[in-house]
Amino acid sequence: MTRALIVFAYLAIVLYIGIFAFRRSKTSSEDFFLAGRKLGPAVFLLSLFGTNMTAVAILGSSGIAYSRGIGVFGLMASSSAIVIPLTIFFIGTRLWALGKRFGHMTQVQYLRDRWECAGIGTFIFALTAAMLVPYIIIGVMGGGQTLEAISTVDGKPWVSYEFGGALVALVVMSYVFFGGMRGTAWVNAFQTVLFLCFGAIAFTLIARSLGGFDQIMQGIAANPRTGPLLSRERMPAEEFFSYMFIPLSAIMFPHISIMCLTAEKMGHFRKTVIFYPICIMLIWLPSVYLGVVAASQFPGLRPGEADDVIIRLLTANTGVLVSGILGAGIMACVMASDSQILALSTMFSEDIFAFYGGKKRFGEQAQVWTGRAFVVAIALFAYITALALKDKAGIFELAIRFAFSGFAALAPIMLGALFWKRSTKWGALAASVWVATCVIGTGYLTRASDSIAPRPPGAPPARAAAPSAALPQVASSTRLQPDAPLLGAARPTSAAPRPPAPPVQNNPGLGNLFLRNATTVTVFGYLPVLPMVVGSALLMVLVSLMTTPPSRATIEKYFPSNSEKTRIA
Amino acid sequence: MKPLLAIWVVLVLLLHQDIWFWKDRSLVFGSIPIGLAYHAGYAILAAITMALLVRFFWPGQLEEEQVYVADSAISADPARAAAGSEARL
Repeated sequence: MTRALIVFAYLAIVLYIGIFAFRRSKTSSEDFFLAGRKLGPAVFLLSLFGTNMTAVAILGSSGIAYSRGIGVFGLMASSSAIVIPLTIFFIGTRLWALGKRFGHMTQVQYLRDRWECAGIGTFIFALTAAMLVPYIIIGVMGGGQTLEAISTVDGKPWVSYEFGGALVALVVMSYVFFGGMRGTAWVNAFQTVLFLCFGAIAFTLIARSLGGFDQIMQGIAANPRTGPLLSRERMPAEEFFSYMFIPLSAIMFPHISIMCLTAEKMGHFRKTVIFYPICIMLIWLPSVYLGVVAASQFPGLRPGEADDVIIRLLTANTGVLVSGILGAGIMACVMASDSQILALSTMFSEDIFAFYGGKKRFGEQAQVWTGRAFVVAIALFAYITALALKDKAGIFELAIRFAFSGFAALAPIMLGALFWKRSTKWGALAASVWVATCVIGTGYLTRASDSIAPRPPGAPPARAAAPSAALPQVASSTRLQPDAPLLGAARPTSAAPRPPAPPVQNNPGLGNLFLRNATTVTVFGYLPVLPMVVGSALLMVLVSLMTTPPSRATIEKYFPSNSEKTRIA
Repeated sequence: MKPLLAIWVVLVLLLHQDIWFWKDRSLVFGSIPIGLAYHAGYAILAAITMALLVRFFWPGQLEEEQVYVADSAISADPARAAAGSEARL
């Protein structure tokens, strides 16, 4: 029960932060949706980073490292450490500058104006909204399941799934409703500090309790069954390479790109891009390392159970207080859906309400209240869906996994808009249709091939096993176990973590074109994100070259020549 | 400087694919797998790369454009111009 009380205290703190932000707010839409474009450098860095960090960073990564080894760090963390700051540097700064100049508050506003076409913006709005909604639903599901698990004593939960989900939805809704972007950014900054402190404390306490890691690591190296965890032997090179493309998704997520517009000065990006890789390292390195350590402490866990190894390590090596802080940390991960709810609300009120005349007709205050009403509506929708489809979380996890690839494959469209004068709306439309088709297609192929998915003996079905790719943000936390099993941690077996089973051909007639591994369908062994990004870029270029570019006035507006700058000055 | 930096960024991206440590299980300092130590170092290299980009490749023209627009807006609007003079005072 102590753990649940600490989590409730955490929820009260974030709620207070939201209400405090409300007191500092003004009535303009720019203030509510973008914190008045006035965030300082520290909050900007911490909130941008926190918005991007989900449960997978602390819990999921250690679960995957448990079965696949240290390569997880290179696979997901160090690739993000270079690609995400690069995208913020090249794309984020330009979005910020254009937003400041022309008043854009969403990507869609910019793309509509850049290509002189409302339709392309509406299509991209629908596509991004469809890929974002599953996150919000699974956030509420994760909240309910986490609170239920944390509050369970002697097999009896004090907080039910329904009540826990309602509480999380209510808290997130409240601080987004009142605080808008300012409240959300402050909460995210607070959560990032919590992540960083939690990682350091957990690592230190576990190291002290185990008497250091030297002997454990040497034991793992000496055991032929666990030795491969110290290298990347369990990781296909094609998969490792494909993962370099996944972080392209970050800047295309609406909540990240909108967050880029909140900086007060462009100079705030400087420290953000430099410290971003360090923050990633500080959070992921201990998580991955502890995942490998857990392989020697709790051998024989099945893939689904392995997601909880860091919790098992903590419960076995620390007291109830640290465990409670851990619960708060998990809630922080689960509640990462706040910025996604706000992003959807911003998109709705700007790209739909204001674009179709609502702002002109009813005024700016009505627009802000429409945004707030949308926050309530989306939170309610997520909660009702989470109740109705309680046992179907796998569908949303799958949707999220492919959404990462989808957002990554939208990156060439943004690059075309920002850097290539000759890009056209038709090129962007062709690339968007390609992305939508691929997301649906790979989702269909993956579900259709579930029955042939290779899995080690004794493992649960493929989707439930899923130490996958792109990381359902609450995949780990949804599998939290009640107190007793956590404390009971180790299973009475000496078996080492099982290596992943080799992939099988999806359709033998097509050879290795589509291969099915434990979690997804691949193309010649490469993750779908690779052909999706390449296809999107090719279509953007080829179709743009075949169609008429935007007017000279628009090109001058977005690519002002030196003479034009002098004229303006 | 810009071409050199571009080559540097491409090189850093290529260095992520460290095939030379793929099957190496040796431990650094007795407890850190060499592949993990490499990628931790890679994250630091990424931070250094970003620092170089910020230092030598910063899109300062975007900031200048903001100044142009702000100045032109102030000169076009007498009220803002007055407010601007007060602020400067």
